[in-house]
Amino acid sequence: MITIYHYLLLGAVLFSIGLYGAVSKKNAIAVLMGIELMLNSVNINLVAFNRFLTPDAVTGFIFTIFVIVVAAAEVAVALALVVKVYRERLTSNVDEIDWLKW
Amino acid sequence: MAEYYLLGVEIATALLGLILLVMGLLVPKTHNKGIANIAIIGFIAIFGVNFLYAGTNASFLNGMYLIDPFSLFFKGLLLIAVFFTCLISKDYILEQGYGQGEYYSLVTFATLGMMIMVSAGDLITFYLGLELNTIAFVILVAFRKNCAKSTEAGIKYVLLSAMSSAVLLYGLSLVYGATKSVLLTEIAKIINQQGIQPLLLIGMIFTLAGFGFKVSAVPFHMWSPDVYEGAPTPITGFMSVASKAAAFAIFVRFFMIALAPVQETWVIVITALTVLTLVLGNLVAIPQTNIKRMLAYSSVGQAGFILLGMVAFSKLGVAAIMFHSLLYVFANMGAFGVATVVGKSIGSDQIKDYQGLWKRSPLMAAVMLICLLSLAGIPPLAGFVSKFYLFTAVIEQGHIWLAFIAIGMSMVSVYYYLIVAKAMYLGQPEEGAEPIKVPGSVQLALALCLIVLVFFGVYPTPFTNLVLDVATAFFPF
Repeated sequence: MITIYHYLLLGAVLFSIGLYGAVSKKNAIAVLMGIELMLNSVNINLVAFNRFLTPDAVTGFIFTIFVIVVAAAEVAVALALVVKVYRERLTSNVDEIDWLKW
Repeated sequence: MAEYYLLGVEIATALLGLILLVMGLLVPKTHNKGIANIAIIGFIAIFGVNFLYAGTNASFLNGMYLIDPFSLFFKGLLLIAVFFTCLISKDYILEQGYGQGEYYSLVTFATLGMMIMVSAGDLITFYLGLELNTIAFVILVAFRKNCAKSTEAGIKYVLLSAMSSAVLLYGLSLVYGATKSVLLTEIAKIINQQGIQPLLLIGMIFTLAGFGFKVSAVPFHMWSPDVYEGAPTPITGFMSVASKAAAFAIFVRFFMIALAPVQETWVIVITALTVLTLVLGNLVAIPQTNIKRMLAYSSVGQAGFILLGMVAFSKLGVAAIMFHSLLYVFANMGAFGVATVVGKSIGSDQIKDYQGLWKRSPLMAAVMLICLLSLAGIPPLAGFVSKFYLFTAVIEQGHIWLAFIAIGMSMVSVYYYLIVAKAMYLGQPEEGAEPIKVPGSVQLALALCLIVLVFFGVYPTPFTNLVLDVATAFFPF
C-alpha cells in the first residue's frame, strides 16, 4: 500500500539529490538540472498533499502547473545566458566564472 | 462576479509594458529616443491611478489578491522607484545604443511582478509575482551586451535565484501540506486551531531561507555584491530598493499574518538573522573599494535594520518598516544616480576615482553626501527619523540589546559612508580633470531625492501619520 509518506519521502530524497547536484556540479547546465530536480520534488509534494489530504480540491494541482510553467520560462533565460557565457569565455564551468569577486 | 476594476493599477502597468515593447519593435532605431519619456509619463499616470484607490480595503477572487492600504502603499513605493530608475536610465541606455523598447518594457514587467508580490493573498499568486520580477531582473542584469561582467552577474543571479526559489517552493509546499490551504488568512486560522506541527516548522524554515535570499539577509546574501557590481548601475539601484521592498512586503505579510500564531517560534530565527545581517553587512562594507559593492553591502546592512521591525512584531514595527523602505528608495536612488553618471563619464566605479568630485560636479557631490548621510542615519535627514522608529519599535518590545547592536552597527556604517565623502570633498581631482556634465533627467532625479530627504528629515509628521494609519489597518495589535 502506497501512502502519502512514500510520496513525501520520494520528494525529500529527490530534493536532496537536486540540492546536492546544484551545489556540487561544475557545469552550469548540470546545476540547472539539479535545480529542475528540486522543483520536481516540490511538484511531487504538492500533488501528493492534494491527492491525499484534500481529494476534492485542485489547489495543489494548479500550483504544480504554475511551477512547471514558470520553471520552463526560467530555464529558457538561464540557458540563453549559459550560451552567452560560453561564447565569451569558451567555458560553462561555474568555477571559472569568477571575474566578480572581492 | 469578479471585480476587475480593483486591478486597475496592474492592468495599466501591463498595458504600459506591452505598449513599450511594441514601440521598441515598430519605431525605427533613429527615432526611438522618446521611449524613455513615454515610460516616465506612463509611470506618473499609473501613480495617479494608484492614488484613486486610496482607502480601498478589498480582496479579489476570494482573497487571492488583496488591495488593501498596505499593498497600495508598497505599489506607490515601487512606482516612485521605477520613476527614478527611468530618469536615471534615460541617457545611460541612449549611450548603450540598443534595446530601448526592451529595456523599458522589462523594467515595467519587473515592476508588475513586484506589484503582484505585494498584493498577493495566497502562495500561488505570490510565487508568480516573484518569478515574474526575478526573470525580468535577470535579463536586465545581463543587459550590457559587450560587458562580460554583466553576463556573469546575470548567470550568477539566475542560478542562485532559481535555487532559492526551489528551496522557497519546497517550504511553501510543506506549509500547504500542513495547513491544506494556500490562502494566507486561511493558513493563519488553521494554525490557530491545530497549533505548530513539525511539518509546518520545516516548511517555515525553508520559506525563511527563500525570503532571506530575496531580501539579501546574511547568510543568504552572497549573490548580491556580485550581481550589484555587474548589473547596469540604474538597474542595481532599482533592484536594491524595489525588489528588496517588495520582498519585505510579502515577507512581512507571510510571517506577520499567515504565521502570526507561531510568532514565538519564528522570532528566534529572525532575530539571529537580524544580528548576523547587521554585523556582517556593515563590517564587510568597510574594506570595499568599488562603490557599487560598497553600496551592495550597505544594502545588506539596511536589510538588517528593516528586519528589526519584524522582530518587534508590532504596529510600530510595521510602520517603521514602511517608513524606512520608502526613504531608502530616495537615498539609494540618489546615490546610484550619482554612481551612474560618474561611472559613465570616468569609466570606473572605484571609490578612489571620486577624488575631488565636488570640484567637478558640486551637485552630484552634494547629493551623494546627503544620501549617504541619510543612509547612515544622521539628523536632520530622513534616515535618522526612520532608524529612530525602528529602534523605538524593538526597544518597546524589550529587546534593548538588539537596539544596542543596531546602533553600534549604525555607527560603523557612518565610517564607510564617510570614506566616500572624504574622497569627494577632501581629495584633489586629477590634473586637467574636466567638470562632469550631468544629464537633465538625472539632475531632476537628484534634486527630488535631495528635497525629499531633507524635507522628511525636518518635518516627518504627515508621513509618520500616514504609515501609522496603514500599519494600523494592516496589523491591529
